[in-house]
Amino acid sequence: MDFLSTVFSFQDYGELLSIVQNSIWAGAVLGVVGGLIGPFVVARNMPFAVHGISELSFAGASASLLFGVNVVTGSLVGSVIAALLIGVLGSRARDRNSIIAVLMPFGLGLGILCLALYKGRAANKFGLLTGQIVSVDNPQLGMLIVISAIVVVTLLVIWRPLMFASVDPDVAAAAGVPVRTLAIVFMLALGLATAVSVQIVGALLVLSLLVTPAAAALRLTSHPVLVPVLSTVFAVTSVVGGILLALGGGLPISPYVTSISFAIWVVCRIVGWRKDRRGRDRIADRDDTAGGEPRLPVGPETKVGVTA
Amino acid sequence: MAADEHRRGEGGTDEVTALATPDRTVAAPRSGGASVLALRDAGLAYGSRTLWDGLDLDVAPGEFLAVLGPNGAGKTSLLKTVLGQQRLTSGTMSFLGRPVRRGHRRIGYIPQQRLMEAGTPLRARDMIAQGVTGHRWGVVPASRVERARVDRILDEVGASAFANAPVAELSGGEQQRTRVGQAIAADPALLLCDEPLISLDLRHQRGVTELIDRQRRQRDAAVLFVTHDVNPILDVVDRVLYIAGGRFRIGSPDEVLRADVLSELYGTPVDVVRTMGRIVIVGANDAAHEHHCGEVDPHAPASATVSDEGRL
Repeated sequence: MDFLSTVFSFQDYGELLSIVQNSIWAGAVLGVVGGLIGPFVVARNMPFAVHGISELSFAGASASLLFGVNVVTGSLVGSVIAALLIGVLGSRARDRNSIIAVLMPFGLGLGILCLALYKGRAANKFGLLTGQIVSVDNPQLGMLIVISAIVVVTLLVIWRPLMFASVDPDVAAAAGVPVRTLAIVFMLALGLATAVSVQIVGALLVLSLLVTPAAAALRLTSHPVLVPVLSTVFAVTSVVGGILLALGGGLPISPYVTSISFAIWVVCRIVGWRKDRRGRDRIADRDDTAGGEPRLPVGPETKVGVTA
Repeated sequence: MAADEHRRGEGGTDEVTALATPDRTVAAPRSGGASVLALRDAGLAYGSRTLWDGLDLDVAPGEFLAVLGPNGAGKTSLLKTVLGQQRLTSGTMSFLGRPVRRGHRRIGYIPQQRLMEAGTPLRARDMIAQGVTGHRWGVVPASRVERARVDRILDEVGASAFANAPVAELSGGEQQRTRVGQAIAADPALLLCDEPLISLDLRHQRGVTELIDRQRRQRDAAVLFVTHDVNPILDVVDRVLYIAGGRFRIGSPDEVLRADVLSELYGTPVDVVRTMGRIVIVGANDAAHEHHCGEVDPHAPASATVSDEGRL
């Protein structure tokens, strides 16, 4: 009982709610950012990159904590540098993964060093890694909204070419889509999105916001509009729900956020598994009924030979 | 120059392709006389290794040109130069009268089959729609006309039955049909096909070939078709560009796919066997070359095998 009342406590809830109003707004905004960028992270096979960027974002944030400058600025600088490095050096998946694997421990180590030297409040330190529910003040909220708006608008502008370039880079390049430029622009947006997410869920758990909701949505549908919509709904539900649950207890917000988003993913996985089975049945049906070449004339004896 | 230069005169080529239908025998430009793709004295080399040079080539609207040769001869590199991803070492290349640049709206590209991964947020319909609106900025929905066009193309390539299925769920043949649909959706002046039939079964090889053939006939798109095996497309090919060992030959299949011509090209005795409507090219040193199932690799005499060429 004691454990439960620590994890779920709703004492003085109304009062708390008014204090953390800004946090809830910030959470909702982050949910939108994570939900919209997530499908691209998955389509471009970049979850590991998100993790790498968030560790450098953590390094930047802890450095600014140590030197007493704005934490948001520090985490922004860290993640944008990481995103650009990964984007420029790692255009191929294999290169990219090893570059991330090199950057990530370095960032983490740097961050730990700065935190060890930092003499301030311990909660600040822990919060950078695992998230915090410190009341977000107005200027902070303003900055968060501005950065998030930049990310969202950028994504909306480049949506179609970016999706084309993400799923089929060769064909998109052939059609004149500026694949490389888009890759860099996307990395910048991802850097910004990671930096703002680190503020709320912490560096270690950014994936639960930028990847899990999209992965869950993709289990349910492949519809190009439904995927980002669902993934946004899932992400907002996770963050806002997590904040609301975390309010009462003195615990970090991240376990709540990650648990909700994980639960959504599990449900989607189960539903998607049944959908997959139906899909496989449909393929078998199509194969039986002449493989979907209704309009091709069935000619006489063909000259087409077998391949060697 | 050991290579046989393609006769360059506009409308003056007199190659006869016995295997193609009569109205497609003339390789020269038919409409307006302007070629879709023009190469002048073009050459490509990697360091000291010359893949080909002195290549003069005009691809006319509606022409089906097969690019043949052993692995590493520079077939895919030729496609890359057309796409502007690879620079010519010498000479010039123009597409629709302009120097080539990185990609072009009027180029439709059909790559080797690469199965789409699970988690790709697209259905067959959306993949074809990318051919129409994929380059467009912003999220304004496609217009009614564009959606109708996507529906028509779905129907044309026989993809209506699986239009709303996720692409990752489609079979290899279905994905390749969808890719053809995507490529023709932009109404391309040139279709670049890089081994699009590889790993497809016979029925789908034939289906995809017919789709490409119909496209070029109906909309006058030129086709540059890179393949290691000419047989599946033998009926529809107008001309063949055969690259081997740094040299090349251009002409109708009957002119190029001959024992004397290919022996000279490879610089080693090569036999060309025609049997049951198929062409099989038998190299001199077969023993040195690894074959699947002990059968003869259609276009790869061992002496001409060159290693290392990007994606081949």
